[in-house]
Amino acid sequence: MLEIMLFVVFPYVALAVGIVGTIYRYLTNQYSFTSLSSQFLENDLQFWGSTLWHYGIIPTTLIHLGGFFLPKLMFIMHSTPETLYLAELAGKVLGIMALVGAGIMLYRRLTVSKIREITTPVDWVILSLLFGQVFFGLILAFLYRWGATWFLHTATPWIESLTFFQPAPQYVTALPLAHKIHFLTGFLLFALMPFSRLVHIATFPFSYMWRRFQLVIWTRRKVV
Amino acid sequence: MKVRSQVSMVFHLDKCIGCHTCSIACKNIWTDREGAEYMWWNNVETKPGVGFPTQWEDQEKYHGGWELNDKPKNPELKLKLQNRLQTFTNLFSNPAMPTMDDYYEPWTYKYGDLFNSPLGDDQPTARPISRIDGKPIDIESGPNWDDDLGGSNIYAVNDPLLATMSAEEKQRLFSIEQLFYFYMPRICNHCLNAACGAACPSGAIYKRAEDGVVLINQDKCRGWRMCVSACPYKKTYYNWSTGKSEKCILCYPRLESGQAPACFHSCVGRIRYLGVLLYDADQIEDALKVPDEQLVQRQRDMILDPHDPKVVAAAKESGVPDGVITAAQNSPVYQYVKEWEMALPLHPEYRTLPMLFYVPPLLPVLNATQPNGTQRVETDLFSSLENARVPVRYMSRTLAAGNDELVIKSYQKMIAVRIYKRAETVGDVTKEEADAALAKAGMTAEEAEAIYHLTSLPNYQERFVIPPYSREGDIEELYDPQQRKAEMGFGKRQGPQRGL
Ligand code: HEM
Ligand code: SF4
Ligand code: SF4
Repeated sequence: MLEIMLFVVFPYVALAVGIVGTIYRYLTNQYSFTSLSSQFLENDLQFWGSTLWHYGIIPTTLIHLGGFFLPKLMFIMHSTPETLYLAELAGKVLGIMALVGAGIMLYRRLTVSKIREITTPVDWVILSLLFGQVFFGLILAFLYRWGATWFLHTATPWIESLTFFQPAPQYVTALPLAHKIHFLTGFLLFALMPFSRLVHIATFPFSYMWRRFQLVIWTRRKVV
Repeated sequence: MKVRSQVSMVFHLDKCIGCHTCSIACKNIWTDREGAEYMWWNNVETKPGVGFPTQWEDQEKYHGGWELNDKPKNPELKLKLQNRLQTFTNLFSNPAMPTMDDYYEPWTYKYGDLFNSPLGDDQPTARPISRIDGKPIDIESGPNWDDDLGGSNIYAVNDPLLATMSAEEKQRLFSIEQLFYFYMPRICNHCLNAACGAACPSGAIYKRAEDGVVLINQDKCRGWRMCVSACPYKKTYYNWSTGKSEKCILCYPRLESGQAPACFHSCVGRIRYLGVLLYDADQIEDALKVPDEQLVQRQRDMILDPHDPKVVAAAKESGVPDGVITAAQNSPVYQYVKEWEMALPLHPEYRTLPMLFYVPPLLPVLNATQPNGTQRVETDLFSSLENARVPVRYMSRTLAAGNDELVIKSYQKMIAVRIYKRAETVGDVTKEEADAALAKAGMTAEEAEAIYHLTSLPNYQERFVIPPYSREGDIEELYDPQQRKAEMGFGKRQGPQRGL
């Protein structure tokens, strides 16, 4: 029963809250969508923290998504020992970058008084959770090696089963506690998205790649 | 020809007394709230001086504005800050981000201590504390820290423009009895090729087609803070509390109700003029792909004669309302910029096509004292402008991308008007001298009269020719835009709590 709650109900609830909540917040309070950058108040730690964090976490997140939704591609990409070894190494490097980055950001919020002044309780919650999430991710990477392959036989079918509404929690219920914590925190973070600054991920400015430089706008007339 | 209208501005620096009334008017209306305390949408700097934020003109440090590649055959404009790809790689930490130290840390005083201190031998004092974290601070800089310190070898020597001047020119600027400085009030230039907007990853910064006011859509701004670096004039500011960037809005709520912007309205020296310019938007790009010295001329060429029937027809074609065209025909800005060619754009070499123009400062124009202690207008000042206290070189670096001729021409007109009026009212200059001066400046007596009138005697309606707006027909006001003005600024609905 608990397993159904944790690995079937909770993920669905978390996804629903995350998606519906973010859309609702966007529609009702778009003004609140911002990265809440604090670089203006402190620049040096911010450079190392934010750069390491984002350059670590964004590829890591994308690779996870790849593992969930493009397992065949992922499989091909580490089907030889060399590529598997490379994947393992890349994962660890990215994870450590993210961990150090999150650590610096936490340290910065604790020690720089101007930054602490503008830190909200939610900032503490998500930053600590993210730090913990990356930490447990690295535990998995170091203690349970070759995650690039076992991932495809545990997490991937579980997520797939959830995607197609034929939940099969048995793929993950037998895994050790560290795995479970990592999975659950991941969904918790997703659920927290609409309640935190994580909404900044949802408004990644793709259109800057092609939009024209100058925007001239008439009131109630077509854009010229 | 694609005709657009732009509410444009002229600041007559010769009239600015450096009183900062404009800055205060603006602050009281728009930026007197948390996160915005350090912002001065209007600021007045002493030049030569470091300006605000410190050394904003040093684009090697701030990377503002546009650059032309050095291929004359295939000229291309790019943001000095970064290309599109770099915009994405720099999102997480903007390498050219000015920080609060480049502006100043806003502070208040612990006034409570004056009342609550225990009885003692000393007077209680109100210590300065940071408006950010409430900690006591030593005030080390402020928005106008080097006010009146032109010639100072602590502040003014750090003016980035001086680096481009010869040792001799510099020495002249700093020698005691030759000292020269002036005040330069600055607001957003509401540029035609705005670098702030071009750099914004979210596309939140736009130009209103009706009047050319450049605004940041606060709902679309995501705090990527690229505009802050990209604006070469440092006229977008990052609100550290709301996580959004903000800038001068040219008091559009006032314009829409027929009032001049607050800084214009309150200006004690009456140095400010506001009016519509019609321009040809098709020329924007080509006008910027020319060498520095030609930039001002090309910008002038873009500005169209609102009396020309062809221009009027094209303007109507492009959707410019009749009332706006009439306003353009009466625009004092058109007279200063185009007819008289006296007003020049600030740092045209940044290639943003700024639409705020400055008449260069003339005082102190007198460089010769008569034996009896009185001073006499130099009638041969044209030939001796090089010896005047006004450093032409410095002015041309500021207002003409280094093109001395343009500045000299503007000065010649101002001096000719002076000599002409002096001959008329004081009489210590002969009529012949005055006529010679006019001839040399290439102007008629009527033009001199018109310049004199608009410079010295204009009334409110002559200084501010505000085009008619029809906002009540254009938009439906669904909520009161003033409801959160005191805490959050105009048009905002959410309270001042920091985002989640
Ligand atoms: C999709 C692309 C992303 C972009 C463009 C982006 C951009 C930013 C920016 C500009 C900041 C503000 C940094 C500052 O100046 O203070 C920020 C902060 C932050 N981002 Fe991202 N981000 C992205 C993805 C992510 C992801 C995937 C996560 C985590 C799952 C994340 C978590 C955070 C956190 C926790 C902070 C706050 C750091 C702090 O100041 O303590 N971001 N992000
Ligand atoms: S002066 Fe104003 S319009 Fe021009 S780039 Fe700066 S903020 Fe933008
Ligand atoms: S109010 Fe007018 S005279 Fe006074 S500083 Fe501002 S621009 Fe100059």
